Amino acid sequence: MNCILTDNAAFYSATDNVATTVMPIAKGTVIQTPSGILITLLEDIPMNHKFSIRTIEGGGRIRKYGHIIGAATKDITIGSHVHIHNVVSARNGKKS
Amino acid sequence: MSTIHGYVRENGTVGIRNHLLIIPSVVCAAHVAEQVSRAVPQSVFIPQQYGCGQVGEDFAQTFRTLAGLGKNPNVGAVLVIGLGCENLTADALAEDIRQTGKPLEWYNIHDQGGTTKSIEHGTQLAKQLQSALRNQIRTEISVDKLVLGLECGGSDATSGMCANPALGVASDLLVREGGSSILTETSEMIGAEHILAKRGVSPDIGEKISRMVLNYERMINGFGCDLRGTQPAPGNIRGGLTTLEEKSLGCILKGGTAEIVDVIQYGEPVRKMGLTLMNSTGDDIDSMIGMAASGAQIIAFTTGGGNPIGTPICPVLKITANRDTAQKMAENIDVYTGEMLEGRTTLEEEGERIFEKILSCCNDEPCAAEILGHREFGIWKLLPTI
Repeated sequence: MNCILTDNAAFYSATDNVATTVMPIAKGTVIQTPSGILITLLEDIPMNHKFSIRTIEGGGRIRKYGHIIGAATKDITIGSHVHIHNVVSARNGKKS
Repeated sequence: MSTIHGYVRENGTVGIRNHLLIIPSVVCAAHVAEQVSRAVPQSVFIPQQYGCGQVGEDFAQTFRTLAGLGKNPNVGAVLVIGLGCENLTADALAEDIRQTGKPLEWYNIHDQGGTTKSIEHGTQLAKQLQSALRNQIRTEISVDKLVLGLECGGSDATSGMCANPALGVASDLLVREGGSSILTETSEMIGAEHILAKRGVSPDIGEKISRMVLNYERMINGFGCDLRGTQPAPGNIRGGLTTLEEKSLGCILKGGTAEIVDVIQYGEPVRKMGLTLMNSTGDDIDSMIGMAASGAQIIAFTTGGGNPIGTPICPVLKITANRDTAQKMAENIDVYTGEMLEGRTTLEEEGERIFEKILSCCNDEPCAAEILGHREFGIWKLLPTI
């Protein structure tokens, strides 16, 4: 799967609501998405970690590679670090 | 059509290495097997831990795996050593491997009269087998005889962004030339099975893919455990992977875009040319040994945080897109694909570079894991020993 690399971030599908850094990026940095939206990072994002490129409501799905990778456990503001502190698997591990 | 230089075996399969393999049929014969291997340089032995007290599917899987390793075309000759009272017997194992027509000997420790005599007897047999191997020569073979095992371990976000999709490009190149690839680690397909099922060559194969993943998840739930307790692993999380689904979606990219032609059980022989799915644990050693038993001659292994492991009989090429890992663990890495993440190369270029490296490794260029002596071993256990 090919990604679009801009401003040290990797963008996959147009339906994604997160992007992935390829370098550590500092709080306050402005990132331009492939569709031209400007995003100001609200916190430092470690290398290879994700940040939100859209506002995501608590319970909403997280999309990367054009697919669902989890669910938000709280509201996630655009430009936030997206990881285990605000996302869980959307897979019910106990279902049969 | 690309070509490699390999050893054509008695049954027409092609090896890229020429090992004399020493297999203890049971853990009780492991010491003797190891001592024989030490006395005969260039032989390899399998430090297997089982062979007794095993039942049902677990017994069948252990037998199939050991037999599959003996049948692997990288193995030119086999010595099987048993104790004499185990339930996985040396003669049954030898009988199964003998179908390949390769030079083979077996014996039981009980019949030799103790450790010392068993080592002496084994050493004598191993030396005879080794002289048969010396007559084998490499010949030019088309690459369609190659079975490539696809593996990932110590994944981080660079695995899914670059190393895995680049390996996927290499796998697609091989499949396009008539070769075969094995995608495995069922636990790391959970959350991505809908994508794989759609790639089944027929509705029946699609259904088999869905069922394989569902059954795996049920098995874990049957243990009273939640897979999300181990996936992603702590190192994956540090590397930026948040959930099981995210890890799975990145993992399956190493299978490229080819149609999936078949679904096989752990260690079962690959039956069709093209991309095959093998049911297996996500444990890296166990799944690589399963692919070797299924007939893979070479394994390509992507890593994020770095992983040094190899197998006793198949070269394992290490690929990373993580620059820190490529520098810190340079001696363990064969291919660095991370320039793509710096915008300096394309995914296709990185995939072609991996493909070229696979071919040169097939042509006897040792990989890092071989140079460093990595020969880890493990079999996927289905049941406790009873």
